[in-house]
Amino acid sequence: MCGTENRFVEEIDYGTPAVKSDKTVTLTVDGQSVTVPEGTSIMRAAREAGVTVPKLCANDMVKSFGSCRLCLVEIEGRNGTPASCTTPAADGISVSTKTDRLNAIRRGVMELYMSDHPADCAACAAGDCEMAHMAETVGLSQNRYGMDGANHLAPAADDHGINFKELDVSNPYFAYDPAKCIVCSLCVRACEEQQGTFALTVEGRGFESRITAGMDEPFLQSECVSCGACVQACPTGALQEKSVIEIGMPDHSEVTTCAYCGVGCSFKAEMKGEEVVRMVPYKDGKANRGHSCVKGRFAYGYATHKDRILNPMIREKISDPWREVTWDEAYAHVASEFRRIQHQYGRGAVGGITSSRCTNEETYLVQKLVRQGFGNNNVDTCARVCHSPTGYGLKTTFGTSAGTQDFDSVEEADVVLIIGANPTDGHPVFASRLKKRLREGAKLIIVDPRRIDLVRMPHVEASYHLPLRPGTNVAVLTALAHVIVSEGLFDEAFVRERCDWDEFQDWASFVLQPENSPEAVEKASGVPAELIRGAARLYATGGNSAIYYGLGVTEHSQGSTTVMAIANLAMATGNLGRPGVGVNPLRGQNNVQGACDMGSFPHELPGYRHISEDATRAIYESLWGVKLDDEPGLRIPNMLDAAVEGSFKALYVQGEDILQSDPNTHHVAAGLEAMECVVVHDLFLNETANYAHVFLPGSTFLEKDGTFTNAERRINRVRKVMEPKNGFADWQVTQEMARAMGRDDWNYTHPSEIMDEIAATTPSFAGVTYDLLDREGSVQWPCNEKAPTGTPVMHIGGFVRGKGKFVRTAYVATDEKVGPRFPLLLTTGRILSQYNVGAQTRRTENVVWHDEDLLEIHPFDAENRGIRDADWVKLKSRSGETSLRARITERVAPGVVYTTFHHPATQANVVTTEYSDWATNCPEYKVTAVEVSPSNGPTEWQEDYDAHAKKSRRIVHVEAAE
Amino acid sequence: MQQARTEIASAVEPIIERWKGEEGPLLPILNGIQRELGHVPRDCIPVIAEALNLTRAEVYGVVSFYHDYRDKPAGRHVLKLCRAEACQSMGGDAMAEKLQTLLGVKFHETSADGAVTLEPVYCLGLCACAPSAMLDGDVIGRLDEAKAHEIAAEVRA
Repeated sequence: MCGTENRFVEEIDYGTPAVKSDKTVTLTVDGQSVTVPEGTSIMRAAREAGVTVPKLCANDMVKSFGSCRLCLVEIEGRNGTPASCTTPAADGISVSTKTDRLNAIRRGVMELYMSDHPADCAACAAGDCEMAHMAETVGLSQNRYGMDGANHLAPAADDHGINFKELDVSNPYFAYDPAKCIVCSLCVRACEEQQGTFALTVEGRGFESRITAGMDEPFLQSECVSCGACVQACPTGALQEKSVIEIGMPDHSEVTTCAYCGVGCSFKAEMKGEEVVRMVPYKDGKANRGHSCVKGRFAYGYATHKDRILNPMIREKISDPWREVTWDEAYAHVASEFRRIQHQYGRGAVGGITSSRCTNEETYLVQKLVRQGFGNNNVDTCARVCHSPTGYGLKTTFGTSAGTQDFDSVEEADVVLIIGANPTDGHPVFASRLKKRLREGAKLIIVDPRRIDLVRMPHVEASYHLPLRPGTNVAVLTALAHVIVSEGLFDEAFVRERCDWDEFQDWASFVLQPENSPEAVEKASGVPAELIRGAARLYATGGNSAIYYGLGVTEHSQGSTTVMAIANLAMATGNLGRPGVGVNPLRGQNNVQGACDMGSFPHELPGYRHISEDATRAIYESLWGVKLDDEPGLRIPNMLDAAVEGSFKALYVQGEDILQSDPNTHHVAAGLEAMECVVVHDLFLNETANYAHVFLPGSTFLEKDGTFTNAERRINRVRKVMEPKNGFADWQVTQEMARAMGRDDWNYTHPSEIMDEIAATTPSFAGVTYDLLDREGSVQWPCNEKAPTGTPVMHIGGFVRGKGKFVRTAYVATDEKVGPRFPLLLTTGRILSQYNVGAQTRRTENVVWHDEDLLEIHPFDAENRGIRDADWVKLKSRSGETSLRARITERVAPGVVYTTFHHPATQANVVTTEYSDWATNCPEYKVTAVEVSPSNGPTEWQEDYDAHAKKSRRIVHVEAAE
Repeated sequence: MQQARTEIASAVEPIIERWKGEEGPLLPILNGIQRELGHVPRDCIPVIAEALNLTRAEVYGVVSFYHDYRDKPAGRHVLKLCRAEACQSMGGDAMAEKLQTLLGVKFHETSADGAVTLEPVYCLGLCACAPSAMLDGDVIGRLDEAKAHEIAAEVRA
C-alpha cells in the first residue's frame, strides 16, 4: 500500500541500563576513546564505542548481575579479569575486550555451559537461543566434557528429581523448558525490576539451582501475570513464545502501537509472511520504554479469529438472517437508506458514532462524514461514557482537555495519589513504571471504595487508603482541600502567580465551610477524618505530588465536578507545570484521547473548538464546501431517546459496542430497535449488531496505517503489517460510504493525507506530519510552531487558558440511593487479562485467566443473604436484573459489591441506571443501588437475550460473494 | 486442606508476629518455625509471604536455598555425614556405604520406623579428624566401623 519493503527492526542492546549523571568519564576500549556518564558499566561504554562484549546474563533493561562470566575484560594496570557488566567505567582506564587470555577463559566457560545444553536445542537451530551464537562468538569448537556427567537434560536415577524439571506448558502463550536454562536469572530480574511482580525465583543452590515460578508451581498457577518480560529477557530457548515454536522465527518486523488501553505501548510486530510471530515491546517507545502486559504482547489472536466477519452483510429486518453482499451493494444500500431517512424524517434523523479504538484519521473521517455528508452535528463517541468529564473539567480549569504529563514523569514523583483507577489491571504497563518508583521510595495514596491490589501487594504498600462510599468522591476531595487550606499547606506563590487570586480566595472560603471538614465528610463518605487529614498533609507536603485517576472519577453524576476538584488540589499545592507532578487521566481505550481530539463530540470541532465559533466553522466550511450547522448535535443518550420517540432513525456505528458498553441495556436496545437503518462497522458481530441492518467488516490495527493518541497526548504511529482480511482499512470504508452519498471530493489515498488535513485545520496539531512522526518516533500535542517536537509537560510557566481557574465543588449526593429494597452499592471495573467488553480478549487464550464475570461481595453481606462462594446470585436494581456467580472477599467493604463487565452473558449494564454526569451525560456506572439474592442460574432476560443474539447472528452465505 | 492451612497459620503466626518488626525478619521466622515444628511446611510459605508483603516465590527461594529448612519432619535422630574432599580421602566413601547399610536408609531418607534421617554434609570443619559426622548436633571425629555400630545402636535405642 505505502510501498514498504520488508525490514527487520533491530535494537541495540547496551548490556546495562543507561545511567544519569552530571559527571562524565573518558576511557578507551580496544583503542577507541569513549566518554560516558559516571557510573556507566564498562560493558555499556564498550557498546557505545562500537565494541560488543560477549554476554549471556545481561541486558539493558535490568541491573547487571555478573553471573555468566563471559563478559570478562582486562584493564591495563589492574589485576584479574573483571566482569565488564558490573565494573564501572573510570576516567583514563584502558580496557581490552579481546585478548588471548580472555578468549581462552570465555571458551572454557562456554564449553561448560554447552556440556549441559541440549545438543538438539531447536531454539539454537532457529536462532532464538543465544547459546549457539555465543559458542560461535567465542570460537568454541569442541566439548571435552561430553554430555554423560551430571546434567539437567534428562531425569537421572540418583538426583532425587532435583536437577531435572519437566517442561511447563501451562501458560497459554509461552513454554518453560528447564533443560535449556542456564540459571542466569535474567528472567527473575526482569520479573522484579521491569514488571515488579516478583513471581520467579532461583530454587535451591549450586548445581541444584533451578528457575521456578512461585513455590515451584506451574507458571499458570503462580503469581505470574504473563507480561512476557521474562520470555523476552531469556537468552536461551528456556522461556520461549509458543508462537515461535509453532511458526518459527520472524523474518521481518515493523514498529506499531498497541490497540488495547490508553497507555499506548510501542511494539515491534515481528512477522513471518502475513503472520504475526510475536509482539515485542519497543525500547524507544516513550510510553512503555520496552515493557508490555499480557494483552499487548500476547492477546492479538482475535485479529485472525474465525468469528471475524469478512464480507459486508445486509438485512431488511433485524429478525431476518444476514445476507452477504458486495461492498458496492452495501455502500449503495447505506447511501439510499440514509438519503431516504433524511428526506422522510429530516436532516437530523441520522448520526454517527466514532470509535476510540480506530485511528485518529478514521475518527476524523467519521465526524467529517456526519458534519459534511449528513449536514448535522449528530456525532458522538464512546468517550461520552468514560472520559467526557475529563475533557470538560480540565478544559474549564486549565484550558486543555488532556492530562498534563508524560508517563516518564512518574519517575520524578514523590507522592502519587490514585483516585478511582486500578492501574495494575487497567493500565498494567504504567503500573509497572509506578511500582518501580514506589520501590525507590515514593509514597502512595489511594482513594477507592475497593481494596485494589496497589493498596498492599508485594513490595508496595500505600501510606493511605481512603475507602470511600461510591459516589462521594467530591466530598472527600473537597475535604482534602479543606485540610490543605485550613492548615496553610497551599502554595501561595504558585497560586498568586499562575491562578486567579480572587477565584482562589472564593474557593478557599468555600472549602473552609464546616460541611467540607473531614469530620463532616466522614459521615457521608465513611472515611475516617484522620485518614483524610493524613492524606492531605502527605499530598501537600511530600515533594512532587502527582494525581492519576480513572473512570472511578468520571463515571459519576458529579464526574466533571470531581475532575475540577482534582484540578483545584493540584493548583492549590503548586503541583503543575513540571515533571513529577500534574493531573493525569488514565484513559481507557487506545485512542480515546485521539477520538476526543478529532472532534467526535457533537459540540466540538477537532482541537476542542466549539461548533458555535464562527472562525473555526469557516475553516472547515471553506475546505469542505458546505455550510455547517452552528448548533451542537445529539449525544449518544439523546440519539437513543430521540429514536424511542421516533425522530431519530439511522446510525452509523464504527467500532463501538454501545449495547454492551452503554448503561441501561434495555433502553439502548429499545432505541436501536426503533431505528430503520443501523450500520455497524466492526470486526465481529457484536451485541449492537444484533440490532443492525447493515454490517460492514472492520480491520484490525495490524492491517492499517494511522495514528493513535494515548493518555499522555502522545501521537503514535500505527503501521500496517498485513493486508486487511476484510479487504479494506476502516478509513477506506468510510470514504467509500461518503462517495456513495455523493461526496466525490473524498479522494484520500493514504492516512497521511488525512493527517495533513487535520494539521492544516487544527492549531494544536499544526506541526504533525507522518514524516515528523517517523523521524521522532512520536510527538505529544500541542505540536506547532512554538513546540515543533511536541509538549511532554503542559502548563510550564503558565496555564493554557491564561490563569488557572478554581471552581467551587459542592458535593451533591447522587439520586441513586440505597434503601430497603436496594441496600447495596454496585460499582464496576475490569481485570488484567480482559479488555473492556471483551470482544477482542474473549477471542484469545486470555480466557484462561477470566472466563466469567464474578460479583465480589463482603463476607458479612454474603452471610446475611445465605450466599456461599461460587453460588449463582441475582443482581437486581431499579433498571433490571442479571445473574452471575459470587466471589466472597474482603476487598470490597460491607455494603459495596463489585463486578467486571467483560462478558456479554453477564450483561452487567442491564442493572446500571440512566443517571449521568450533570455536565457531560457521562453515565453513572460506578454507583448503582442493588440487591443481591441467591439464584439458580441465568435470569429470563439473559436467556431471552441469548436466544435473540443467536437468532440475529444467522448468516445466509452467498456463493462467490465478492 | 483448608483445615491444615488454618492449623499451620495458627502455629506460625506467633512466630511471625515476634519477628515481623525486626530488620531482616525472614530468616529468624524460618528458624523459629523449623525449631517449633521441626520443619518448614510448604503451606506456611504463603502465610509468611503475606505477612512480610513478599511473594511466595521470594520466600520459597530462600527456604529452598538452605538445606536445613526441611519440607517434612526429620526422624528422631539426624545423622549428617561429611562427604567433602578431606573425609572422602580418609575412607569416607566406605563409611557412607557402611552407615547406609547399618541404618537401612539412603542419603536424604528417613528410616521407616522414624528413628533416623541420614544426610550428606559438605564439610563440618573437622578435616583433621576425618572422616567425620554429626549426630543430633554433636560432632563425631575419626569415624570407624566401631563408631558406626555405636551410632546405629544409639539411634535404635
